[in-house]
Formats: sequence, C-alpha cells, structure tokens
Amino acid sequence: MQSAVDVLSWILLAAGGAFVFVGGLGALRLPDFYTRMHAASLTDGMGTILILVGIMLQAGWSLAAIKLIAILVCLLLTSPTASYALANAALLSGVEPGNSRAGKAEN
Amino acid sequence: MYLVVSIAILITMALALVRALLGPSVYDRMLAVNMFGTKTVLLLSVIAFLYGRPDFLDLALAYALINFVGVLAVLEFFQSRSIRRAADRVDGG
Repeated sequence: MQSAVDVLSWILLAAGGAFVFVGGLGALRLPDFYTRMHAASLTDGMGTILILVGIMLQAGWSLAAIKLIAILVCLLLTSPTASYALANAALLSGVEPGNSRAGKAEN
Repeated sequence: MYLVVSIAILITMALALVRALLGPSVYDRMLAVNMFGTKTVLLLSVIAFLYGRPDFLDLALAYALINFVGVLAVLEFFQSRSIRRAADRVDGG
C-alpha cells in the first residue's frame, strides 16, 4: 500500500516537473506575447496541482499536508487572477494578438 | 525524485529569467516575473521535503501571497502610466 502511494506520488511529481519545464520552454520560444502567456499560465496551474499533490501524498496526514493545501488553494486563486490582469493590461495598452513581427517592430 | 523535480523547476526559472531579460515588451517581462514567482513557491515546497525541513512551507505560503500582490501592484503602475500617456497624447495633439 505504501509503495503504491510512493509510485503514484513519483508519477505525479515527474508529470509536474515535465509540465513546468514545457511551460518554461513555451514562455521562452513561442513567437507572440499572448501565446507565451498561454504556455506560462496553463502550465502554471497544472504543474502546481501535480507537484503539490505529489508532495502531499508523501507528507501523509500531517500539518505539512494542511500547509500544502493552503499553498495550493492560494496559488490556484492568485495565479489565474494575475494572468488575467496581465493579459487585460496588455490588451488595454494596445499589444495586438498575432503578427509577432509587427509587434516586435513596434516595441 | 525531489531532486529531479527541483532541477526541472530551476531550469524553468532560468528560462523565465532569459525571457525577462529578452523582453521585448514590458508585459513579457511581467509574465516572466510572475512565472518566476510561482516557480519559486513550488521550488520552496519541494526543497522543504528534499531536505526534510517542513518549516520551508511557511516561507512558500508567504511568498505566494507577496508575489501576487507585487505583480498586481506593478501591473497597476504600468497600466495607469500607459493610460496617462495616451491622455497626454490626446491633449497635446
């Protein structure tokens, strides 16, 4: 039973690490601001859930697990809000979606 | 396993820093900083269990809250600045 939980948490941790890494790669390599934002914000949410739940399985029922739940709830509330505020601010200030070459010339 | 995940998070933080340095617009930099902050929280939680010191989780929780407030404050600053600039342009032209 214990080893099954271990394997499950390792799978979750590995998947979370892969998600986080892909998000970083996307934020660096994608051509446009909004595509970069897409890569960063989506993998932020998924990577956070996978890594924190993976750690939570290792922690078991303890104070650490409660703190991890608090961190998870906090991040899941704030990360999409920050992403939305960022996209909204960019859109209001006139960053155009698409056509990355024109955007580069402007900025 | 914790070590592999923390190395993946560290590489991602380096990639986010490169994006923050490259720009090109101020919003790209803000995106990178926001991402860096979230990854810092994750790294702190993983390190807490890598070294067996759950006290680090308190730091992660505090950092998550401060990071959110900081990003929103800087965004508000740039947004009001760009609106003021647009208003100046309209007044001047």
